[in-house]
Amino acid sequence: MKVPLSWLKQYVDVDLPAKELAHLLTMAGTEVGEVQVIGGWSEVFVGLVKDVRPHPNADRLRLCVVSTGAEAMEVVCGAPNVAPSQKICFAKVGANIFDTHSGRYEILEAATIRGVESQGMICSAQELGLGDDHSGIIVLPNDAPTGTLLDEYLGDTVLDLELTPNRLDCLSVLGVAHEVAALTGKKVREPESSYQESGIPIAEQVKISVADPDLCRRYTASLLQGVKIGPSPQWLQDRLTRAGLRPINNVVDVTNFVMMEYNQPLHSFDYDLIKDATVIVRRARPGETLTTLDGVVRKLNTENLLIADANDPIGLAGVMGGANSEISNGTVNVLLESATFNGPNNRKTAQSMDLRTEATLRFEKGLRPELAPIALRRATGLIQEVAGGTVAPGIVDIVSSEGVDAPVVRLSVSTIKRMLGMEVKIEQAQETMDALGFTWETTGEGELKVTVPYWRNDVNIEEDLVEEVVRIIGYDSVPTTMISSPIPVQQPVPIMQLRDQVRDLLAASGFQEVINYPLVTLEQLEQVEQLDPSTLPLRVANPMSSDREYLRTTLQASLMANLASNQGNSAGPFRMFEAGRVFLPREGDLPDERETVSAVLAGLRHEPSWLEDESLLDFYDAKGVVEQVLDRLGVAATYEPFDHPAFHPGRCAKINAGDVALGVVGEIHPSVMSRVGLEQPQVAAFEFDLDSILSVLPESRQQFESLPRYPSATRDLSLIVPAGVAASQATELILRHRGIDRAELFDIYAGENIAEGSKSLAFHVYFQARDRTLTNEEVNRSLDGLLRTLERELNITMRA
Amino acid sequence: MTEPIGQNNLSPEEERAWAVIEQFEKQSADSPPSFEVLLQYVAQDLRSTSVELLTTLESLDAVDKWRVAYLGRRGSLTTVLRGLSSLNVEDRRTIGAAANDTKKTLEDRLEVRVRQINEAALALSASQDRLDVTLPGRPALEGRLHPTTKIVREICDAFVAMGFGVVEGPEVEWDHYNFEMLNIPKGHPARDMWNTLWVDYQDQSGETPMLLRTHTSPMQARIMEGREPPIRVVVPGKCYRYEATDATHEWHFYQVEGLAVGEGITFADLKGTLFEFARRMFGEERQIRFRCDYFPFVEPGVDMSIDCFACNGDGDGCRICRDSGWIEIMGAGMIHPRVLEGVGYDSERYTGFAFGMGPERIAMLKYGIDDIRHFYANDLRFLRQF
Repeated sequence: MKVPLSWLKQYVDVDLPAKELAHLLTMAGTEVGEVQVIGGWSEVFVGLVKDVRPHPNADRLRLCVVSTGAEAMEVVCGAPNVAPSQKICFAKVGANIFDTHSGRYEILEAATIRGVESQGMICSAQELGLGDDHSGIIVLPNDAPTGTLLDEYLGDTVLDLELTPNRLDCLSVLGVAHEVAALTGKKVREPESSYQESGIPIAEQVKISVADPDLCRRYTASLLQGVKIGPSPQWLQDRLTRAGLRPINNVVDVTNFVMMEYNQPLHSFDYDLIKDATVIVRRARPGETLTTLDGVVRKLNTENLLIADANDPIGLAGVMGGANSEISNGTVNVLLESATFNGPNNRKTAQSMDLRTEATLRFEKGLRPELAPIALRRATGLIQEVAGGTVAPGIVDIVSSEGVDAPVVRLSVSTIKRMLGMEVKIEQAQETMDALGFTWETTGEGELKVTVPYWRNDVNIEEDLVEEVVRIIGYDSVPTTMISSPIPVQQPVPIMQLRDQVRDLLAASGFQEVINYPLVTLEQLEQVEQLDPSTLPLRVANPMSSDREYLRTTLQASLMANLASNQGNSAGPFRMFEAGRVFLPREGDLPDERETVSAVLAGLRHEPSWLEDESLLDFYDAKGVVEQVLDRLGVAATYEPFDHPAFHPGRCAKINAGDVALGVVGEIHPSVMSRVGLEQPQVAAFEFDLDSILSVLPESRQQFESLPRYPSATRDLSLIVPAGVAASQATELILRHRGIDRAELFDIYAGENIAEGSKSLAFHVYFQARDRTLTNEEVNRSLDGLLRTLERELNITMRA
Repeated sequence: MTEPIGQNNLSPEEERAWAVIEQFEKQSADSPPSFEVLLQYVAQDLRSTSVELLTTLESLDAVDKWRVAYLGRRGSLTTVLRGLSSLNVEDRRTIGAAANDTKKTLEDRLEVRVRQINEAALALSASQDRLDVTLPGRPALEGRLHPTTKIVREICDAFVAMGFGVVEGPEVEWDHYNFEMLNIPKGHPARDMWNTLWVDYQDQSGETPMLLRTHTSPMQARIMEGREPPIRVVVPGKCYRYEATDATHEWHFYQVEGLAVGEGITFADLKGTLFEFARRMFGEERQIRFRCDYFPFVEPGVDMSIDCFACNGDGDGCRICRDSGWIEIMGAGMIHPRVLEGVGYDSERYTGFAFGMGPERIAMLKYGIDDIRHFYANDLRFLRQF
């Protein structure tokens, strides 16, 4: 909303600098985004063109004599539209104007153009910074006072308001004036709206009925006869232009002007084009259409509210008029409408037709019905002033059963205290109400009954009035205290604690956390998951682009993309993880949002260094991290070979705790890698379902285990193991043996000296008793027993 | 006994030392040596030649052999003391005292010599085996949290310290919680404040009520529905809007919502709580400013700014606050009575406040990040800076 100060000052005195006024408005809730200064010119005057002659040396240039009253000067001008007796903007030598050649503001110097000295310049809009037009000079109205500084004549300051949706009132200049008055202690001057009536009363010349009063709370109309359509006077055009509206003709301009002034959208019909002089406000009938003013044929539905004549629609109520009743140059009689249409219905119609107009911006927010006749009278008087004609006596005023009573709201100082934590005296509340134009009466000790003025639609309950009080006396005056009641007991959320713990563990293990968009493509998900065609991932109905359409069901797809986009910048190591949600659809309900942690590892195992080799991250790096994390969480996990479409066949394990699946670890399938564009020889990855991990976390708190008091004994075992036996089987068997405390697998070998179909595993095995130092004999006996068990159970023998 | 202690070829000192010992052994081979011979040997010859020899030895190994040769169980000095039986008591005592004195001297010299050799060895090592300490060390594992995670934790911690709990809620929401329970009914013009991404889902009545939450505020109603006041919580989480991205706008972003409901909670408490937060987050000298703003679910509504930490509120020419001296960091307000009543609370009894902020914006301010699009582009060169 652009508010020119020149217009604002018509209703309220402004003696503050614009910047200070902007600050006051902003602090009180009406944010001023920009204070735009029009003008600021020096040495630019209103000039009169006294004479125009051809340039002796150039066909396209003219020599003009320009008078500023005190002096007359000869100027070279190239504009095609320059003519004698025009009032123009004249820049004398020394003026600061925009140079269209250099593209900068520069000081105008005297110049000789084709042999003739030019003592100044007649300016275009562009040269004065008033617009982009450089096709000709600005021609001022004839009544522009010659010799006046242009700054005084054309200069202005425009406040650009960034309004919140509740403050409908500040979409009008009068509304802003009320706000300014309240903040600066001034009074508002309401505009005049008196006019003479004559001829046959309106009631005898037009039949108006409201068939659907639920959508039209009030309908008022006046009739002007014998008007002359033409351009508006300059003052009216200027008002509209500076507020960002385009002048059209005097009648339409008045309706727009009054809308900007009071907020009430009005519509003018060509009375003679209304069939049978009958106006019906009704819902559209099935199949009806209307060609709106913009020339578009609109198909209507039965929830669209229409203005219709005896036969056809002539306007889309509160949205846009119909072409069939439009004011034209030949219009003589004007029916003027000022109505209160239903906000939500108006908004729905406008949205469904993608037709947001200045009118709908206001109607959708719910205008007050008291406003309709006020604005009608104001516009009627103005039209008569600028377009002539007579006004038929009376107005049409149809009010629905809802009535037009202003809201009355209670306000007590005790509520103010309860809400704000600050004492406000009743006198102070009364003063604030007065300043804002609210009326009140005292209904008890410290209690008021407040009537809301017609321009405010946002005050309905006592809390609204509390805000009015505090925003006018200033938020700064509220004290700063801490909540005085006891701190409530806070229950920790286990899944959040687990997620944070896993995040910290992974970061400590060298992983960089990433955060991805949860919207991906179906193809991305298909690449790393077997999708169930009966429960496809959730889709966004209005995606912003096709690559952000489906809610992810795995984090892996995005991590692959992260790896691909980063691999060009270094040789690694790449260790990345994400802790986020995946969205599993559920029938008739919000999706199951599973907390998931996923990670990828690729590239060099170590940062490039003169101390380290160039080995690459692989399956066992990923598994080592998985083991460490689960171990730190106290989860005893097992790993079994697993087929997963995203992973390398034979290099993938399912992570289990008992019969609960916790996730998967493996190397990415080569074909997935090539589809995603990964260049590494191998990429390892894992994904955890945190909810599953949470379900297997040990319940009791971790307990201390006493340290052994006696030394342990160590033996190295080199075993020949059949190829089909997994290392974990051998390890488990060893650990189950009595007297063995731990076993470390330190070497695996297959090849020379080892029989085909078997492999060698070497362990450090630690024997330990809690109550004594084991003797050699005891250890050897235990070892013999172990070897017999290994041979019997898994066909494992000692390596010779 | 003549096995060399030091170099392969006997040094003059070593030759002299062996000569003294050999001569004494020769003299005492047939008959026990006389008192005079013994005294000369113990107090003079053995002592001077062994000390002289010790000063020439360069290695700990050689010094140890020297110790064995003179002071060991079968060393020269010990041998002498075993052969005193032929002397009278007084002579024995005299020789014994002289031998002990010599022993003490040798032990002292030994200790000094060992220290000298150790020092020399270290000096040599310092000059010969010197490390290039300017070379890079062995790379340690380096992992970091995402800057959003860090800043969200920092924000939550500040409120936890003031007695707030931390909870989360669903990112895919119902229209009911995202809008309606927040005093934003269907057809309300304020819905324009949140451009919504809707989920392709129709309920039985043909409505499409599922959406990606546009703010964390739906948790206000969810939390209040689940329990009675007093309530003090913060809610971090992701939010989504149908919005073009630019340097200051992301369609996918985080919010931290805050909520306090109870008896006697006031606007002044809201000011105090957020003031305390600003001081914890941005430094204790920070000032805050409240100005009137509008959100349908609060009344009165607030836009909160802190005084600019870059220019300390000066404003002029400051890039961070764009000349204003103030930086907007969150929206807040007293919970609208319709929101309280919507969850069944008695709005005459309970009051409360709510606030919401964007952690990315706070991180951008704290770290001087110029473009919000860096956050979720996941370029490691960006992420590794935090």
